[in-house]
Amino acid sequence: MTSKAMGEVQWKPGDSWSLCRAVLQRGCAVLAVALVAGCALGPNREDPFEPMNRTLYGVHDAVDTAVVRPVAQAYVDFVPSLIRTGVSNVFNNINDLFSGINGILQGKLDKAGDDFGRVVLNTGFGLGGLFDLASMMGIERGNEDFGQTFGFWGFPQGPYLFIPLLGPTTVRDGTGLALRLVWGPASYLNNEALQWSLYGIGYIDLRAEALSASSLVDTAALDRYTFIRNAYLQRRRYLVYDGKPPPEPEEP
Amino acid sequence: MRKFDSVARLRAAAVLLLTVALCAAAPAFAQEAPDAIVKRVASDVLATIQADPAIQAGNEARIREVLEVKLLPNFDFARMTALAMGRNWQAATPEQQKRVTDEFRALLVRTYSGALNNYRNETIDYKPLRMNPADTDVTVRTLVVRATGSPIQIDYSMAKQGDTWKCYDVIVAGVSLVTNYRDEFNNQVKAGGVDGLIKTLADRNKGVAAK
Repeated sequence: MTSKAMGEVQWKPGDSWSLCRAVLQRGCAVLAVALVAGCALGPNREDPFEPMNRTLYGVHDAVDTAVVRPVAQAYVDFVPSLIRTGVSNVFNNINDLFSGINGILQGKLDKAGDDFGRVVLNTGFGLGGLFDLASMMGIERGNEDFGQTFGFWGFPQGPYLFIPLLGPTTVRDGTGLALRLVWGPASYLNNEALQWSLYGIGYIDLRAEALSASSLVDTAALDRYTFIRNAYLQRRRYLVYDGKPPPEPEEP
Repeated sequence: MRKFDSVARLRAAAVLLLTVALCAAAPAFAQEAPDAIVKRVASDVLATIQADPAIQAGNEARIREVLEVKLLPNFDFARMTALAMGRNWQAATPEQQKRVTDEFRALLVRTYSGALNNYRNETIDYKPLRMNPADTDVTVRTLVVRATGSPIQIDYSMAKQGDTWKCYDVIVAGVSLVTNYRDEFNNQVKAGGVDGLIKTLADRNKGVAAK
């Protein structure tokens, strides 16, 4: 395990602790800079770093339009839907495992039971998760993650962040996602090429799922940055409160 | 003379019968529950779309026509616009209010017809609605199950208006349409007044891309 000065931490594939430290250290550095920079900026209380985020969104949008979106579209156009569904199911199966863990962390044992039941069924009888038998049987996905667990525990979401390639997030959700990646099964692989291929396929799978949402945003939004931010924050709030968010206080 | 009488009497009887029938039917319509309205309208729109060859071939203008006739009368666009504008609604003149409403309505129709063009092989699960007879504001919950991808929850906020119910917000996967536009509308008004908002909406409806 190598660790140098902050921001230069290297991590070896499979060495999840060093990645974790790298992510946390960098996260703290970014956060510290952002907090100092953000004090005087931004009229939106959930998005104090709006100017910085807008710049990052511009970068993201350029890369997405030029590369990621066309690749995801080609994936949808040329890969049969049976295979795409199988790919989604395999990744979702892993997410269900983490959803179950987060269900337990939030004391939602019913939900966690469903999630673990799903994993057992789909892994055992659905060819390692290729087929989503559990959904066919009506066992619903819990859809919990670390960001929601932190929210459930009472951590504030923190400033909104737009990270190129990753998309909209908050300090809380971004931390959750980092933990998810560090503890995810792919991080335990020793083959770096295989590891990055899996991340790549998972990424395109997610992006393909969001293609119709993107075209909806293109039509519906007056300003895409604001539209995406508000939709993301509303959606996360809805998930943290399991579909029953308390009414939001009106802005003065 | 006698013949005319009997025709007149028949006609009167028919009118009477029709009136009685309508009176009997009217309460049935008036009492159509909000979830029943959502179910009736949604299944009607989807069935029409699935049966229309022009729409299946990707004709968005035809989708818009169907929406105009079957779907839109069930929405309260003025209320949606007022909610999205917040305090700026009161500050706008009636003429401005009408223009924002018209443009916002057109934008939502464009968005919705585009979305319908994307998803066609979908089925809708209607969740049972628990409401009291005295309720005047309810949320009807539905789950749209797609051929591929995970199901999407779509809820409709409905308010009672006289004998019927009108939808004033659509909540897609927890994202309220009206709430989502609140910031956008506010920013537009801050930057260019209500007329600025009208212009931006009109530009978007003419196909000018957003930033």
